[in-house]
Amino acid sequence: MALADFEYGDIIHRCFRCGYCKFPVNWMDVNNCPAYARYRMETYSCGGRLWLMRAWLSDEIDWTEHFAHIMFSCTACKNCEAKCPLRFNVDILNMITAAKGEMVERGTVPPVVKEFLENIQRHGNPYGTPKAKRGDWLDGTGIKPYEGQDYLYYVGCIGSYDTRAQETARALGAVLRAAGVSFGVLGTKENCDGNEVNMLGEKGLFEVVATDNIAQFKDLGVHRIVTLSPHSYNAIKNEYPRYEGDFEVLHYTQLLRDLISEGTLDISKGFEAQVTFHDPCFLGRWNSEYEASRAILRAIPGITLIEMEKNRDSALCCGGGGGNFYMDLLGGSPDSPSRIRVREAYKTGANVLAVACPSCLTMLEDAVKSEELEDKISVKDISEIVATACGIE
Amino acid sequence: MDPVYEALVEIVGKDHVSHQAEELFIYSWDLGTTEPHRPDYAVSPRTAEEIQKIVQLANKEKTPVVPLGGGLSLAGLAVPLKGGILLDLKRMDDIIEVNEKARYAVVECGVSQGKLTAYLEKYHPHLTHSEPGAPPAATIAGNLAIHGQGDLAHPYGFSTDMINGLEVVLPTGEICRFGSCALGADWFTLHPLPDVGLFLGWGGTTGIITKVSLRLFPCKKIRGMAQFVVDDEELVPEIIFKLTHTQMVEDIIAVSQAIPPVTSELHNFLINIAADSEKELEFKLEIVFDDTLGEYIHRGDGGYSGFTRGLERPQVSKVSDWRKGGGFEYVGSIMPIEQYPECYRRGREISERHEIPYTVLARCIGTSHAMMFSWTYAFNRAEPETIEHARKALHETDDLALELGGTIWKPGLYGQGLVMERLNPHTLTLMKKVKQLLDPNGIMNPGNWEVQ
Repeated sequence: MALADFEYGDIIHRCFRCGYCKFPVNWMDVNNCPAYARYRMETYSCGGRLWLMRAWLSDEIDWTEHFAHIMFSCTACKNCEAKCPLRFNVDILNMITAAKGEMVERGTVPPVVKEFLENIQRHGNPYGTPKAKRGDWLDGTGIKPYEGQDYLYYVGCIGSYDTRAQETARALGAVLRAAGVSFGVLGTKENCDGNEVNMLGEKGLFEVVATDNIAQFKDLGVHRIVTLSPHSYNAIKNEYPRYEGDFEVLHYTQLLRDLISEGTLDISKGFEAQVTFHDPCFLGRWNSEYEASRAILRAIPGITLIEMEKNRDSALCCGGGGGNFYMDLLGGSPDSPSRIRVREAYKTGANVLAVACPSCLTMLEDAVKSEELEDKISVKDISEIVATACGIE
Repeated sequence: MDPVYEALVEIVGKDHVSHQAEELFIYSWDLGTTEPHRPDYAVSPRTAEEIQKIVQLANKEKTPVVPLGGGLSLAGLAVPLKGGILLDLKRMDDIIEVNEKARYAVVECGVSQGKLTAYLEKYHPHLTHSEPGAPPAATIAGNLAIHGQGDLAHPYGFSTDMINGLEVVLPTGEICRFGSCALGADWFTLHPLPDVGLFLGWGGTTGIITKVSLRLFPCKKIRGMAQFVVDDEELVPEIIFKLTHTQMVEDIIAVSQAIPPVTSELHNFLINIAADSEKELEFKLEIVFDDTLGEYIHRGDGGYSGFTRGLERPQVSKVSDWRKGGGFEYVGSIMPIEQYPECYRRGREISERHEIPYTVLARCIGTSHAMMFSWTYAFNRAEPETIEHARKALHETDDLALELGGTIWKPGLYGQGLVMERLNPHTLTLMKKVKQLLDPNGIMNPGNWEVQ
């Protein structure tokens, strides 16, 4: 594709590379772009990517594996869009995603990206694990299949397959049952939500995934969905309507907040801890939901909530977005964003780092181990914290 | 197998050195109109000791070393004109110390202006530093390398007048310290040791600044900006003079621009005023606007547009984006304040000649000792003819600055040539000797400030 044919060819030159995109809201650090934090070369900043993309589309530079690495290391965390002062900022990620899509189209993506996408296409999940195992996490939970209940509990790939994240899927299921919520799950019939496919620019596959899911939801009579993952929430809330998939969708923290505030959920057992909360990008910057998780944490007896310096729309991404929880293009260094974030959490004095996203959970828990802080701070999903406060073992 | 690359990897680690096309492309470009020049390597060191080893390697290989801070000079000063090793210094970004009582901060060279501002606001809210109008990614050391100025330039002068100490890696690899820190003491003063100020304003051609002790100043509880407008450029110098006499304000800027049209040909004063109490603020506003500028208001020559609490970071890239083209560059000149009217009028002529709506700005430095006058030219990166227009306008403005008796601030190559043509020949010879003494292999940012 030539620059003239690029959907954003009329604006891609507008980045000055002034560097606002690297900062949190109050300028306290220059490393709030996770890929830039990891590599600290201008190429890995948002501005660097935009300039490289324009050079590539203008034939000033050739495609290389390194260029692809730079592009796919973008986690789509939206920090750049939140901080860029120029009006074209709303299309920054669209431009990066479009360039990723062009590489997908040409078949010139890093092998791990190819593997990620092929796994989803073939198995409905990025791990390449058989679909028949997608419901294994349900064993012994008593959670029912979806058969017209009030809510479809959509778990997502990480919660379904990752052994640590499965614990949160079970915890949320137990909490919903304790609250008497009418819900069911798809189990082995559940498919990937496609959020990361979309972020990787594989629009064709995303359309297939989204329309298949929408068709299944409609066949089953689904109207209301509660998701474990903010990534699923984002896809279903913001992307599925483009394919006539109009569902009432909640992230589980929004539902639990309401259940707690109306007194339906008994959290009187409490949770004794100094807790700091990590905002997931796909709840926060993508959907402006910053308060539901905090309202839950504040309501639970025994919790002292301590904010990290970089919170809400200034939160540093864990580095797992854009498929990087699997592709791991930002791993392997003390400068990996997940490790930086864990150090920021530890600096608050908290002994629990609370998350509301299975991707953040796995990324940050691994980082706690890499930082050798296992006996100082633990990573807990809010579903697990609520389960404890409800007295659920 | 590239032995220089391998040696650099040995020094900084594989993640922090590149000789791949993408990094060489990005670091070949400045944000202004300067033509790109590719480095051979891009390196992101973490310590002065790593820089020392890199410089030693560069001397052995006779390859250039070009230090880069925020990369926001716009004048191409960190474009590797002769290739070599591009040192991106932004990983060296620790704030090492803030001494509250002696009011200074010791920072590594890559600390951004924004980081220091945020740090002081959070941990030392009664202290502040002179912050330039650049984006927050501009670095403290980069600002010193170009003799920058900030929003405390009126009371305290150039940023380079605010230094208590420096650590520098010399072009031959030695790590030197200057000021009280050179005695192993705290970083509280640059004087009274013999003056070896060979690194400020040299644009990284005489060494690499790795640590800075920067003076901090009282930050009052209330800070804000008052605006005052006149339509006669001839009034601007005397108003600046009178404002500086009050010693009641922190920053004095006069700005005039063609866009938006409703403000064209007006001269808008942005006057920062700080106070610790409402009483102090009221007193200062009365002195400034009733007693000092009241006569202009009564005569109908000027208007007071009010005082707004809180200082917003100027978003230069936003206000310069009228072309929606991702590019602008300006000539800055250090100039006597009485030249404001001529700078404005002649600048407008240049802008009109090149079909660029004019933007001019003057910031008072010292108590009317000088101003930094800038002429800004926006261009569209996607339209080469607009870049060429801007480039010509910039060169004409360099000529104008010298014609009007000013000096060019952070000149690019064209401006450097003009300055060196006019410099006292003995000064020029001394510059050459200093450079040869410090940098016998000519590796430091070659192409810039090269005395023939």
